[in-house]
Amino acid sequence: MRKLFFVYLMAAFSSVLAQVPVGKEPLAADTLAAASPESTPVLKVKWGALDSLMSSSTDTTYIINFWATWCRPCVAELPHFEQVRQDYARHKVRVLLVSMDFAKDIEDRVIPFVDRMKLKSTVWLLNEPDANSWIEQVDTSWSGALPATLIINSARPRRMFFEKALDYETLARELSYFIEY
Amino acid sequence: MKRTIMLGVMSALLFATFGFLPPAEGYQPGDRAMPFKYRNKQGQLVALRDNVSAKGYIIVFTCNTCPVAQAYEQRVLDLDKQFASKGFPVIAINPNDSGRSWGDSYEDMKERAIEKKYTFPYLVDANQELARTYGARHTPTVYVVQRQGNSFIVRFTGAIDNNMEDGSQATKKYVQDAVNALLENKPVAIPTTKAIGCSIKWKNG
Repeated sequence: MRKLFFVYLMAAFSSVLAQVPVGKEPLAADTLAAASPESTPVLKVKWGALDSLMSSSTDTTYIINFWATWCRPCVAELPHFEQVRQDYARHKVRVLLVSMDFAKDIEDRVIPFVDRMKLKSTVWLLNEPDANSWIEQVDTSWSGALPATLIINSARPRRMFFEKALDYETLARELSYFIEY
Repeated sequence: MKRTIMLGVMSALLFATFGFLPPAEGYQPGDRAMPFKYRNKQGQLVALRDNVSAKGYIIVFTCNTCPVAQAYEQRVLDLDKQFASKGFPVIAINPNDSGRSWGDSYEDMKERAIEKKYTFPYLVDANQELARTYGARHTPTVYVVQRQGNSFIVRFTGAIDNNMEDGSQATKKYVQDAVNALLENKPVAIPTTKAIGCSIKWKNG
Protein backbone atom coordinates (compact mmCIF):
# COMPACT_ATOMS: atom_id res chain seq x y z
CA MET A 1 0.00 0.00 0.00
CA ARG A 2 2.77 2.36 1.02
CA LYS A 3 4.69 1.36 -2.06
CA LEU A 4 1.68 2.16 -4.18
CA PHE A 5 1.39 5.55 -2.58
CA PHE A 6 5.05 6.18 -3.27
CA VAL A 7 4.59 5.21 -6.90
CA TYR A 8 1.64 7.58 -7.04
CA LEU A 9 3.74 10.37 -5.61
CA MET A 10 6.50 9.74 -8.08
CA ALA A 11 3.99 9.76 -10.89
CA ALA A 12 2.50 13.00 -9.61
CA PHE A 13 5.91 14.58 -9.48
CA SER A 14 6.83 13.40 -12.97
CA SER A 15 3.61 14.79 -14.31
CA VAL A 16 4.40 18.15 -12.74
CA LEU A 17 7.75 18.06 -14.47
CA ALA A 18 6.20 16.98 -17.73
CA GLN A 19 3.57 19.69 -17.71
CA VAL A 20 5.77 22.68 -17.12
CA PRO A 21 5.87 25.00 -20.07
CA VAL A 22 9.39 25.67 -21.15
CA GLY A 23 9.13 28.50 -23.60
CA LYS A 24 11.35 28.26 -26.65
CA GLU A 25 13.62 25.62 -25.20
CA PRO A 26 12.14 22.10 -25.48
CA LEU A 27 12.64 19.70 -22.58
CA ALA A 28 15.69 17.69 -23.47
CA ALA A 29 14.91 14.66 -21.30
CA ASP A 30 13.90 12.25 -24.02
CA THR A 31 16.70 13.27 -26.31
CA LEU A 32 19.26 12.87 -23.58
CA ALA A 33 17.88 9.56 -22.41
CA ALA A 34 17.92 8.23 -25.94
CA ALA A 35 21.44 9.40 -26.59
CA SER A 36 22.88 7.98 -23.41
CA PRO A 37 20.60 5.90 -21.20
CA GLU A 38 23.24 5.64 -18.47
CA SER A 39 23.71 9.35 -17.91
CA THR A 40 21.59 11.45 -15.58
CA PRO A 41 19.39 13.73 -17.63
CA VAL A 42 19.97 17.38 -16.94
CA LEU A 43 17.11 19.42 -18.31
CA LYS A 44 17.85 22.71 -19.97
CA VAL A 45 14.88 24.89 -19.05
CA LYS A 46 13.62 28.45 -19.38
CA TRP A 47 12.25 30.60 -16.58
CA GLY A 48 8.65 29.48 -17.21
CA ALA A 49 9.48 25.97 -16.01
CA LEU A 50 10.74 27.23 -12.66
CA ASP A 51 7.95 29.74 -12.36
CA SER A 52 5.31 27.01 -12.79
CA LEU A 53 6.95 24.87 -10.13
CA MET A 54 7.11 27.79 -7.72
CA SER A 55 3.38 28.41 -8.12
CA SER A 56 2.36 24.74 -8.11
CA SER A 57 -0.85 24.05 -6.16
CA THR A 58 -0.02 20.41 -5.38
CA ASP A 59 0.90 20.94 -1.71
CA THR A 60 4.43 19.83 -2.50
CA THR A 61 7.37 21.46 -0.76
CA TYR A 62 10.12 22.23 -3.22
CA ILE A 63 13.67 22.81 -2.12
CA ILE A 64 15.10 24.77 -5.02
CA ASN A 65 18.85 25.14 -4.78
CA PHE A 66 20.69 27.51 -7.12
CA TRP A 67 24.22 26.28 -7.71
CA ALA A 68 26.96 25.88 -10.31
CA THR A 69 29.72 23.37 -10.87
CA TRP A 70 32.25 26.18 -10.51
CA CYS A 71 30.88 27.42 -7.18
CA ARG A 72 32.84 25.72 -4.40
CA PRO A 73 30.48 26.43 -1.49
CA CYS A 74 27.64 25.15 -3.70
CA VAL A 75 29.42 21.89 -4.45
CA ALA A 76 30.25 21.49 -0.77
CA GLU A 77 26.60 21.71 0.30
CA LEU A 78 25.19 19.39 -2.41
CA PRO A 79 25.53 16.23 -0.26
CA HIS A 80 23.19 17.80 2.33
CA PHE A 81 20.51 18.28 -0.31
CA GLU A 82 21.00 14.72 -1.51
CA GLN A 83 20.63 13.47 2.06
CA VAL A 84 17.45 15.50 2.54
CA ARG A 85 16.03 14.11 -0.70
CA GLN A 86 16.65 10.60 0.60
CA ASP A 87 15.45 11.17 4.17
CA TYR A 88 12.26 12.99 3.16
CA ALA A 89 11.32 10.70 0.27
CA ARG A 90 8.10 9.65 2.05
CA HIS A 91 7.02 13.27 2.46
CA LYS A 92 5.88 15.53 -0.30
CA VAL A 93 9.29 17.14 -0.40
CA ARG A 94 11.18 17.47 -3.65
CA VAL A 95 14.72 18.67 -4.20
CA LEU A 96 15.48 20.55 -7.39
CA LEU A 97 19.05 21.58 -8.17
CA VAL A 98 19.05 24.50 -10.59
CA SER A 99 22.44 24.93 -12.24
CA MET A 100 23.61 28.39 -13.20
CA ASP A 101 26.36 26.98 -15.40
CA PHE A 102 26.59 28.35 -18.90
CA ALA A 103 24.30 26.48 -21.31
CA LYS A 104 27.24 25.69 -23.55
CA ASP A 105 28.80 23.70 -20.70
CA ILE A 106 25.90 21.28 -20.17
CA GLU A 107 27.41 18.33 -22.06
CA ASP A 108 31.06 18.73 -21.17
CA ARG A 109 30.74 19.96 -17.64
CA VAL A 110 27.36 19.72 -15.95
CA ILE A 111 26.25 16.20 -16.97
CA PRO A 112 29.67 14.64 -16.20
CA PHE A 113 29.65 16.42 -12.84
CA VAL A 114 26.16 15.14 -11.99
CA ASP A 115 27.25 11.62 -12.93
CA ARG A 116 30.48 11.83 -10.96
CA MET A 117 28.70 13.13 -7.86
CA LYS A 118 25.97 10.48 -8.40
CA LEU A 119 23.31 13.15 -7.85
CA LYS A 120 19.85 11.63 -7.67
CA SER A 121 17.97 14.89 -7.27
CA THR A 122 16.37 16.48 -10.29
CA VAL A 123 18.89 18.79 -11.99
CA TRP A 124 17.89 21.60 -14.28
CA LEU A 125 20.10 24.06 -16.08
CA LEU A 126 18.32 27.40 -16.21
CA ASN A 127 19.18 28.78 -19.62
CA GLU A 128 18.29 32.41 -18.92
CA PRO A 129 21.44 34.52 -19.20
CA ASP A 130 19.47 37.71 -18.50
CA ALA A 131 19.40 37.08 -14.77
CA ASN A 132 18.07 40.55 -13.96
CA SER A 133 14.76 39.50 -15.51
CA TRP A 134 14.10 36.70 -13.00
CA ILE A 135 16.32 37.02 -9.86
CA GLU A 136 13.78 39.17 -8.02
CA GLN A 137 11.01 36.73 -8.85
CA VAL A 138 12.87 34.02 -6.94
CA ASP A 139 13.21 36.37 -3.99
CA THR A 140 13.43 40.14 -3.75
CA SER A 141 16.24 39.88 -1.20
CA TRP A 142 18.47 37.82 -3.49
CA SER A 143 21.52 39.68 -4.82
CA GLY A 144 22.29 36.91 -7.30
CA ALA A 145 25.15 35.45 -5.26
CA LEU A 146 25.54 31.67 -5.22
CA PRO A 147 24.68 29.47 -3.48
CA ALA A 148 21.06 30.35 -2.80
CA THR A 149 18.12 28.19 -1.77
CA LEU A 150 14.37 28.70 -1.87
CA ILE A 151 12.08 26.38 0.10
CA ILE A 152 8.57 26.89 -1.17
CA ASN A 153 5.11 25.38 -0.90
CA SER A 154 2.66 27.55 -2.80
CA ALA A 155 -0.38 25.59 -1.62
CA ARG A 156 0.17 26.48 2.05
CA PRO A 157 1.52 29.12 1.15
CA ARG A 158 4.94 29.32 2.70
CA ARG A 159 8.42 30.24 1.53
CA MET A 160 11.90 30.66 2.99
CA PHE A 161 14.90 32.02 1.15
CA PHE A 162 18.60 31.78 1.97
CA GLU A 163 21.49 33.49 0.23
CA LYS A 164 24.11 31.32 1.87
CA ALA A 165 25.33 27.74 2.08
CA LEU A 166 23.09 25.47 4.18
CA ASP A 167 23.87 22.41 6.25
CA TYR A 168 21.66 19.39 6.86
CA GLU A 169 20.47 20.57 10.28
CA THR A 170 19.32 23.91 8.92
CA LEU A 171 17.49 22.27 6.04
CA ALA A 172 15.78 19.79 8.38
CA ARG A 173 14.79 22.53 10.80
CA GLU A 174 13.33 24.71 8.04
CA LEU A 175 11.50 21.74 6.53
CA SER A 176 9.78 21.12 9.85
CA TYR A 177 7.77 24.28 9.19
CA PHE A 178 6.58 22.91 5.86
CA ILE A 179 5.60 19.31 6.55
CA GLU A 180 3.33 17.41 8.91
CA TYR A 181 4.69 14.37 10.66
CA MET B 1 59.41 48.51 -23.69
CA LYS B 2 57.63 51.63 -22.58
CA ARG B 3 54.35 49.88 -23.31
CA THR B 4 55.30 47.05 -20.99
CA ILE B 5 55.90 49.52 -18.19
CA MET B 6 52.61 51.26 -18.91
CA LEU B 7 50.75 47.99 -18.61
CA GLY B 8 52.72 47.04 -15.56
CA VAL B 9 51.49 45.99 -12.21
CA MET B 10 48.65 48.13 -11.01
CA SER B 11 47.68 46.08 -8.02
CA ALA B 12 47.72 48.12 -4.90
CA LEU B 13 46.34 48.20 -1.42
CA LEU B 14 43.24 50.12 -0.57
CA PHE B 15 42.92 52.66 2.15
CA ALA B 16 39.33 53.17 3.03
CA THR B 17 38.18 56.19 4.95
CA PHE B 18 37.12 55.01 8.36
CA GLY B 19 34.18 56.34 10.28
CA PHE B 20 31.91 56.37 7.24
CA LEU B 21 28.66 54.74 8.29
CA PRO B 22 27.83 51.87 5.94
CA PRO B 23 24.17 51.53 4.93
CA ALA B 24 22.51 48.31 6.02
CA GLU B 25 21.65 47.09 2.54
CA GLY B 26 24.53 48.58 0.59
CA TYR B 27 24.49 51.54 -1.71
CA GLN B 28 21.46 52.53 -3.72
CA PRO B 29 21.54 55.09 -6.52
CA GLY B 30 21.71 58.56 -4.99
CA ASP B 31 23.86 57.53 -2.00
CA ARG B 32 27.18 59.24 -1.39
CA ALA B 33 29.93 56.66 -1.85
CA MET B 34 32.60 56.18 0.77
CA PRO B 35 35.78 57.77 -0.56
CA PHE B 36 38.95 55.69 -0.55
CA LYS B 37 42.59 55.99 -1.34
CA TYR B 38 44.87 53.50 -2.99
CA ARG B 39 48.54 53.16 -3.65
CA ASN B 40 49.24 53.41 -7.36
CA LYS B 41 52.01 51.57 -9.16
CA GLN B 42 54.40 54.45 -8.55
CA GLY B 43 53.82 53.90 -4.86
CA GLN B 44 51.87 57.12 -4.34
CA LEU B 45 48.76 57.21 -2.24
CA VAL B 46 45.97 58.65 -4.40
CA ALA B 47 42.37 59.49 -3.63
CA LEU B 48 39.46 59.20 -6.04
CA ARG B 49 39.04 62.96 -6.07
CA ASP B 50 42.73 63.55 -6.92
CA ASN B 51 42.16 62.58 -10.53
CA VAL B 52 40.84 65.95 -11.71
CA SER B 53 39.89 64.65 -15.14
CA ALA B 54 37.61 62.00 -13.61
CA LYS B 55 33.91 62.86 -13.85
CA GLY B 56 33.31 59.61 -12.06
CA TYR B 57 34.43 56.02 -11.93
CA ILE B 58 33.26 52.61 -12.99
CA ILE B 59 34.05 50.64 -9.83
CA VAL B 60 34.01 46.89 -10.44
CA PHE B 61 34.15 44.38 -7.60
CA THR B 62 35.70 41.41 -9.34
CA CYS B 63 38.25 38.67 -8.82
CA ASN B 64 40.56 36.21 -10.55
CA THR B 65 38.66 33.06 -9.77
CA CYS B 66 34.95 33.49 -10.50
CA PRO B 67 33.90 32.17 -13.93
CA VAL B 68 31.29 34.93 -14.24
CA ALA B 69 33.96 37.55 -13.50
CA GLN B 70 36.22 35.87 -16.05
CA ALA B 71 33.41 35.91 -18.61
CA TYR B 72 33.06 39.65 -18.04
CA GLU B 73 36.80 40.46 -17.90
CA GLN B 74 37.12 41.52 -21.53
CA ARG B 75 33.96 43.59 -21.20
CA VAL B 76 35.52 45.42 -18.23
CA LEU B 77 38.64 46.11 -20.31
CA ASP B 78 36.39 47.39 -23.10
CA LEU B 79 34.55 49.70 -20.69
CA ASP B 80 37.84 51.25 -19.59
CA LYS B 81 38.92 51.64 -23.20
CA GLN B 82 35.60 53.24 -24.09
CA PHE B 83 35.17 55.54 -21.09
CA ALA B 84 38.53 56.31 -19.41
CA SER B 85 39.28 59.04 -21.92
CA LYS B 86 35.77 60.43 -21.47
CA GLY B 87 36.27 60.81 -17.73
CA PHE B 88 34.90 57.53 -16.38
CA PRO B 89 37.85 55.19 -15.85
CA VAL B 90 37.50 51.70 -14.39
CA ILE B 91 38.76 50.81 -10.93
CA ALA B 92 38.72 47.07 -10.23
CA ILE B 93 38.63 45.82 -6.66
CA ASN B 94 39.11 42.25 -5.49
CA PRO B 95 37.22 41.74 -2.21
CA ASN B 96 37.88 38.01 -1.73
CA ASP B 97 39.78 36.82 1.32
CA SER B 98 42.80 35.21 -0.33
CA GLY B 99 43.02 32.81 2.60
CA ARG B 100 39.65 31.38 1.59
CA SER B 101 39.85 31.89 -2.15
CA TRP B 102 42.76 30.07 -3.72
CA GLY B 103 43.94 32.09 -6.72
CA ASP B 104 42.99 35.52 -5.40
CA SER B 105 46.23 36.42 -3.64
CA TYR B 106 48.05 39.68 -4.30
CA GLU B 107 50.61 37.76 -6.37
CA ASP B 108 47.87 36.04 -8.40
CA MET B 109 46.23 39.41 -9.01
CA LYS B 110 49.47 40.95 -10.23
CA GLU B 111 49.99 38.01 -12.55
CA ARG B 112 46.48 38.31 -14.01
CA ALA B 113 46.70 42.10 -14.41
CA ILE B 114 49.91 41.71 -16.41
CA GLU B 115 48.78 38.71 -18.43
CA LYS B 116 45.46 40.28 -19.42
CA LYS B 117 47.01 43.74 -19.85
CA TYR B 118 44.76 45.54 -17.38
CA THR B 119 44.67 49.23 -18.18
CA PHE B 120 43.14 50.11 -14.81
CA PRO B 121 44.06 49.69 -11.14
CA TYR B 122 43.27 46.27 -9.67
CA LEU B 123 43.05 46.76 -5.93
CA VAL B 124 43.02 44.50 -2.89
CA ASP B 125 40.16 45.16 -0.48
CA ALA B 126 42.24 43.66 2.29
CA ASN B 127 39.87 44.26 5.21
CA GLN B 128 36.82 43.89 2.93
CA GLU B 129 35.46 47.15 4.30
CA LEU B 130 34.83 48.60 0.87
CA ALA B 131 32.80 45.62 -0.36
CA ARG B 132 30.79 45.61 2.86
CA THR B 133 30.15 49.33 2.73
CA TYR B 134 29.20 49.39 -0.93
CA GLY B 135 27.08 46.30 -0.39
CA ALA B 136 28.69 44.05 -2.99
CA ARG B 137 27.73 40.46 -2.30
CA HIS B 138 29.14 38.73 -5.33
CA THR B 139 31.64 39.19 -8.13
CA PRO B 140 31.30 40.81 -10.55
CA THR B 141 29.27 43.78 -9.26
CA VAL B 142 29.56 47.29 -10.70
CA TYR B 143 29.03 50.70 -9.08
CA VAL B 144 29.09 53.74 -11.33
CA VAL B 145 29.81 56.85 -9.28
CA GLN B 146 29.63 60.44 -10.45
CA ARG B 147 31.67 63.32 -9.10
CA GLN B 148 29.86 66.05 -7.21
CA GLY B 149 32.52 68.45 -5.96
CA ASN B 150 34.82 66.31 -3.88
CA SER B 151 32.19 63.63 -3.31
CA PHE B 152 31.08 60.76 -5.48
CA ILE B 153 27.41 59.87 -5.84
CA VAL B 154 26.29 56.35 -6.73
CA ARG B 155 24.34 56.45 -10.01
CA PHE B 156 24.20 52.79 -10.94
CA THR B 157 24.63 49.42 -9.23
CA GLY B 158 24.62 45.94 -10.66
CA ALA B 159 25.46 44.08 -13.83
CA ILE B 160 27.43 45.12 -16.89
CA ASP B 161 24.88 43.79 -19.37
CA ASN B 162 22.05 41.30 -19.67
CA ASN B 163 23.93 38.29 -20.97
CA MET B 164 26.54 36.88 -18.63
CA GLU B 165 27.42 34.06 -20.98
CA ASP B 166 27.99 35.98 -24.17
CA GLY B 167 28.38 39.75 -24.32
CA SER B 168 27.77 39.82 -28.06
CA GLN B 169 24.26 38.51 -27.39
CA ALA B 170 23.48 41.15 -24.78
CA THR B 171 20.53 43.34 -25.70
CA LYS B 172 20.94 45.71 -22.77
CA LYS B 173 24.33 47.19 -21.89
CA TYR B 174 23.51 48.58 -18.47
CA VAL B 175 26.85 50.15 -17.52
CA GLN B 176 27.55 51.56 -20.96
CA ASP B 177 24.06 53.10 -21.09
CA ALA B 178 24.41 54.49 -17.56
CA VAL B 179 27.75 56.18 -18.24
CA ASN B 180 26.57 57.53 -21.58
CA ALA B 181 23.54 59.04 -19.85
CA LEU B 182 25.75 60.67 -17.19
CA LEU B 183 28.03 62.08 -19.89
CA GLU B 184 24.97 63.69 -21.45
CA ASN B 185 23.74 64.96 -18.07
CA LYS B 186 20.71 62.72 -18.29
CA PRO B 187 19.27 60.50 -15.58
CA VAL B 188 20.26 56.83 -15.71
CA ALA B 189 17.29 54.93 -17.14
CA ILE B 190 18.03 51.62 -15.41
CA PRO B 191 19.89 52.50 -12.19
CA THR B 192 19.89 49.05 -10.53
CA THR B 193 20.17 45.56 -11.93
CA LYS B 194 20.88 42.13 -10.52
CA ALA B 195 23.03 39.32 -11.84
CA ILE B 196 24.27 35.89 -10.90
CA GLY B 197 27.77 35.82 -9.47
CA CYS B 198 30.14 34.13 -7.07
CA SER B 199 29.52 35.02 -3.45
CA ILE B 200 32.35 37.09 -2.01
CA LYS B 201 34.62 34.94 0.15
CA TRP B 202 34.36 36.77 3.46
CA LYS B 203 36.86 36.40 6.24
CA ASN B 204 35.55 34.07 8.98
CA GLY B 205 32.42 33.76 6.91
